[in-house]
Amino acid sequence: MDFDPVLLARIQFAFTVTFHIIFPTFTIGLASYIATLEVMWLWTGTRRYHHLARFWTKIFAVSFAMGVVSGIVLSYQFGTNWSRFSEVVGNVVGPLIGYEVLTAFFLEATFLGIMLFGWNRVPPWLHVTACIAVAAGTAMSAFWILSANSWMQTPAGHEIRNGIAYPLDWVTIVFNPSFPYRLAHMVTAAYLTTSFVVLAVGARYMISGRYMPEARTMLRMGVGFAAIVAPLQLFIGDQHGLNTLKHQPIKVAAMEGHWDGSKPGALVLFAWPDEKNERNLFEISIPKGASLILTHDPDGLFPGLKSVPPQDRPPVKNVFFSFRIMVGIGLFMIASSWLGVFLWWRRRLFSSEWFLRPMSMMWWTGFVAVVAGWVVTESGRQPWLVQGILRTADAISPVSGAQVATTLALFVVVYGIVFSMGVYYINRLIEKGPEVVTTAPSKGTALRPISTAADAGRKVL
Amino acid sequence: MEWYLPVIWAALIGTAVVMYVILDGFDLGIGILFPFTRTEKERDLMMNSVAPFWDGNETWLVLGGAGLFVAFPKAYAIIMPAMYLPVIVMLLALIFRGVSFEFRWVAKTSKKYWNLAFAGGSILAAFSQGVILGGLIQGITVKNGVFAGGAFDWLTPFTMLCGLCVIGGYALLGATWLLIRTDGVVNKRSRKQAKLLLIAVLVGMGIVSLWTPLQFDRIAMRWFSTPNIYYLWPVPVAAAALAFGLWKWLNDGRDLPPFLAAIGLFLLGYFGLVVSNYPYLVPPSLTVWDTAAVPASQIFMLIGTLVLLPINLAYTGLVYWVFWGKLKEGEGYH
Ligand code: HDD
Ligand code: HEM
Ligand code: HEM
Repeated sequence: MDFDPVLLARIQFAFTVTFHIIFPTFTIGLASYIATLEVMWLWTGTRRYHHLARFWTKIFAVSFAMGVVSGIVLSYQFGTNWSRFSEVVGNVVGPLIGYEVLTAFFLEATFLGIMLFGWNRVPPWLHVTACIAVAAGTAMSAFWILSANSWMQTPAGHEIRNGIAYPLDWVTIVFNPSFPYRLAHMVTAAYLTTSFVVLAVGARYMISGRYMPEARTMLRMGVGFAAIVAPLQLFIGDQHGLNTLKHQPIKVAAMEGHWDGSKPGALVLFAWPDEKNERNLFEISIPKGASLILTHDPDGLFPGLKSVPPQDRPPVKNVFFSFRIMVGIGLFMIASSWLGVFLWWRRRLFSSEWFLRPMSMMWWTGFVAVVAGWVVTESGRQPWLVQGILRTADAISPVSGAQVATTLALFVVVYGIVFSMGVYYINRLIEKGPEVVTTAPSKGTALRPISTAADAGRKVL
Repeated sequence: MEWYLPVIWAALIGTAVVMYVILDGFDLGIGILFPFTRTEKERDLMMNSVAPFWDGNETWLVLGGAGLFVAFPKAYAIIMPAMYLPVIVMLLALIFRGVSFEFRWVAKTSKKYWNLAFAGGSILAAFSQGVILGGLIQGITVKNGVFAGGAFDWLTPFTMLCGLCVIGGYALLGATWLLIRTDGVVNKRSRKQAKLLLIAVLVGMGIVSLWTPLQFDRIAMRWFSTPNIYYLWPVPVAAAALAFGLWKWLNDGRDLPPFLAAIGLFLLGYFGLVVSNYPYLVPPSLTVWDTAAVPASQIFMLIGTLVLLPINLAYTGLVYWVFWGKLKEGEGYH
């Protein structure tokens, strides 16, 4: 049997990177949430915040471990599966990833030790500092990796000689045209995703009448935060799309299902894009709607898919449907969080079971929107791996299809086991709930590490 | 500049690799020693002795890989496809060992499976790293600047031996680490294990030191030609002295010196490998200069590294300081 290494490597990368992004999405949000809880605990002295911080830290630990191990796989796959990628754009993309390691990965991985194990070893202020350092590390990590990915979408600040990219201006490279939008959209996505998880857990406890004080706090924080950030996300996403129209118009054409650029674009609510015959089947749409959104003019024109030959078009269905899933979830998030705030205002948030019960099952919405968003971004860039510079098919390593197929099968099996166990364990931790301990932040522990270290030092030497 | 930059970068990446080997070496070593325990309590203690550190330790592996990608993209693009299967097996093994740290504590009835995953993952990861190292030493087939060998070029008796040596070496680091961090049963057993492992490691190092010059002429030339041999003879002598000291300190019941001596042995072995292969990054054909990124990229990254690496080392030190000392039973977990 003959395997196509390019197709298999694409499937493998899509599989491993999709698996990975689930965890950063959650840990970026959760690290900030835990840091916030701890600051509030120190500030107000309210025990509830401390219980919640300890509870979420356990879940954070499990998610973070899965994020780390799946991330290491990716950074090596650049070499194993896409070795031409490192040769052609390594001069430019390499340092961005290098800075990610030095500014982000060390920070988060090192302070994680104190965050998870330091509760009784270090004074509270140092523990809070460690939490903030981990949160800052995750955000910094997003900064650099999204800069690298954005450069692949909208390359700038470089020149091409003999087919190899050389850096000219690092500031332009890092802050390439799509980067600010992508960073804002992704970090907001992470916070939004986490707030829906917190909301769901709060709702779950509230319905079953357990951990009521903690549940109330989670519900208020979740609903309040999402109600502000979800509309913000719609705005950022809209600006992001306008920017993409400028730099990757064919991607936008695929998102909108827009074939013929000589006519104004309709806002397609549903359709089945028929790539062979270059049209939409079963289309339900608002005429001129897309033109109005994208050009602010109902008769405005923007490029259609037919303006490039078929081999230069992305897989339209992936982009088209993923875009609708993401935006659909975004609209659902706005509606549900506003409804929650309304109920809160009417003092019915904690008693409206018809609201809490469905919300307790909606923890997954953000994750699905994030993965859908990435499929829009990455599939929409095809057939390019680095827009205009390197085609995906030309980036493959000199490895055989059989090798890629074997490792793909291994990844599917291993990730299947690890992922399902991870989700199962996280669910078990949630089921167990926060431990309501009664230790106040004691100042006495502050001296412990110093004295134990000195003791130990004397003993071993 | 064109001449120095790649050398500076090779030294930096070499440092990252050394840091990785020593730091993740001792916590992989804990996993390798896991099957030789009796009770769940001992296993808890052993795992707690490295739990706050493993993630930071593993980050040096990311730095090594990313450093290669940044500074020597062409070498990265050749070595990774050449070592395709061992690299991916190592990554999968690291997944099992990494998640075991967290899963094992949450698991109830399935704890034994995560013990197995932790031990198996550590052993397999160490073995794969040895195979990758051996595969590099024995050389990679390159034509027109790309990897041109087969999928199983790395599979030779020599690389298998290197895999076993790395398992033994990491186990030695792990056993001596446990002397520092534990008392009682675990301390006593680790002391015994360390002695056996020291013998195994010395035998392994001896075989590799004889095998490489016999099989690879370039390495024989490097060591046994004049004037090199006048400068290099202290290396094996120092190794012997360290091994002797290690043995003695183990017998005398000391806790910290054996760990330091084990690190010393690793450093000497590493120095030997560098001597054998300099200036090749992809032996036997491509040097550090052939595979370097453009100076603009190397300089941009070098500035950041010189500022950030000392900071990273400082807070890594802080975390080791916070958790230093003997562990008590039942202490430690979140
Ligand atoms: C928006 C954020 C984001 C995105 C797009 C990615 N990652 Fe990631 N990555 C993180 C955010 C993150 C994170 C938040 O920093 C980590 C730390 C733990 C976790 O759950 O995610 C992480 C961990 C992590 C690690 C382990 C770090 C350690 O040792 O501590 C590596 C090597 C990578 N990632 C590499 C990648 C690569 C090669 C990606 C692209 C293909 C990638 N990540 C996409
Ligand atoms: C620096 C960051 C990233 C780089 C360098 C990168 C690179 C790549 C590469 C090499 C491929 C394979 C070629 C292909 O099949 O199209 C790919 C595809 C893909 N990536 Fe990314 N990616 C990055 C970030 C992400 C993230 C964070 C996600 C989130 C899930 C993601 C999702 C995908 C998906 C879904 C595909 C498959 C697209 C398709 O095959 O049509 N990517 N990307
Ligand atoms: C509410 C309306 C939304 C709009 C109009 C919108 C718009 C967009 C657009 C146009 C892109 C593609 C950008 C490109 O590739 O050039 C995108 C990508 C993405 N979206 Fe959304 N989005 C919305 C909601 C959401 C929500 C709710 C989430 C997650 C919680 C989300 C997560 C993402 C992610 C992770 C990406 C890929 C990264 C990126 O390119 O920024 N989006 N979005």
